[in-house]
Amino acid sequence: MATTTTVGLKSHTVEEEWCKGCGICVAFCPKNVLELENEIVVVKRLEDCIQCGQCELRCPDFAIWLGGK
Amino acid sequence: MASTLVKEYFREDKLPHIWCPGCGNGIVTRAIVKAIDSLGLDKDNVCIVSGIGCSSRAPGYLDFNTLHTTHGRALAFATGVKMAKPELEVIVITGDGDSSAIGGNHLIHACRRNIDITTIVFNNNIYGMTGGQYSPTTPTGDKGTTAPYGNLDANFDLCELTKGAGASYIARGTAYAAKQLEKFIAEGIKNKGFSFIEAITACPTYYGRKNKKGSAVDMLQTVKESAVMDKAWDRLSEEQRQGKFKIGSFHVEAKPEYTEEYKKLIASFNKGEE
Repeated sequence: MATTTTVGLKSHTVEEEWCKGCGICVAFCPKNVLELENEIVVVKRLEDCIQCGQCELRCPDFAIWLGGK
Repeated sequence: MASTLVKEYFREDKLPHIWCPGCGNGIVTRAIVKAIDSLGLDKDNVCIVSGIGCSSRAPGYLDFNTLHTTHGRALAFATGVKMAKPELEVIVITGDGDSSAIGGNHLIHACRRNIDITTIVFNNNIYGMTGGQYSPTTPTGDKGTTAPYGNLDANFDLCELTKGAGASYIARGTAYAAKQLEKFIAEGIKNKGFSFIEAITACPTYYGRKNKKGSAVDMLQTVKESAVMDKAWDRLSEEQRQGKFKIGSFHVEAKPEYTEEYKKLIASFNKGEE
């Protein structure tokens, strides 16, 4: 299972089954787009996202990426 | 589901991996894959070899020719692969304990031969898989399960070690600066000779807990703050260098490569027969 969030041309996908809730993507997101809910990352404020890809770059579990499924 | 990068280069059915939450190994593994992708290498032409340890689990998740060998012997197996099939791009994924303790001799002799292998050491300052024993890169005074009162030994500077041993490309990057690390790995793969890339990563489970380094995020933040580019490092005083380490591409040297020299030697015998 994976969830894609889309706002306009921006989209983010999270593979919940791979996310271990380490919080690295949340902490290093420059725009505070992400949050942890029940130890799984959730794309909360995609409208603020600048699609820099730092979450994807540092996710140790390959569980979050820019774009769709 | 997975990103296009994961679909292309990973064994998706083996994921999620076994590494702990926040372990930097995944970040470094992704950097290696990105480097291979940026060079446009043919997957069938890449062979990834590893030893034993947390880091050495990486090839199991990667969709290339992969070889998971015995503890410390990744470079010995990789040397065999490279000698048998010099056309392959041989990459070794190893840990700090695997490469510099039990495999220390293989490391220095692979450097000395300047054989065309790219070695990426995931340096997390501890033996993670076997339960947090201190490794040759555990900083002096830091704790491990086998050093409950602090490690007495001086730690290795792996980049200086491999420089002394004769590697022709040497760089150090971090899991925080993953993009830069990817660049170093790509440069290492392109180098015709022995390339050594030390990737500083964090083990939040063993090293982190034993030494009260905080969460995975705290540890990655510390890596970010302690890493200093080599040019800036030269301007720091001895006092300012305390608790920091330098990163960068330290050493590039053009020198004869082992498999090429071997081929020349064989060719010289054949000439004698004619």
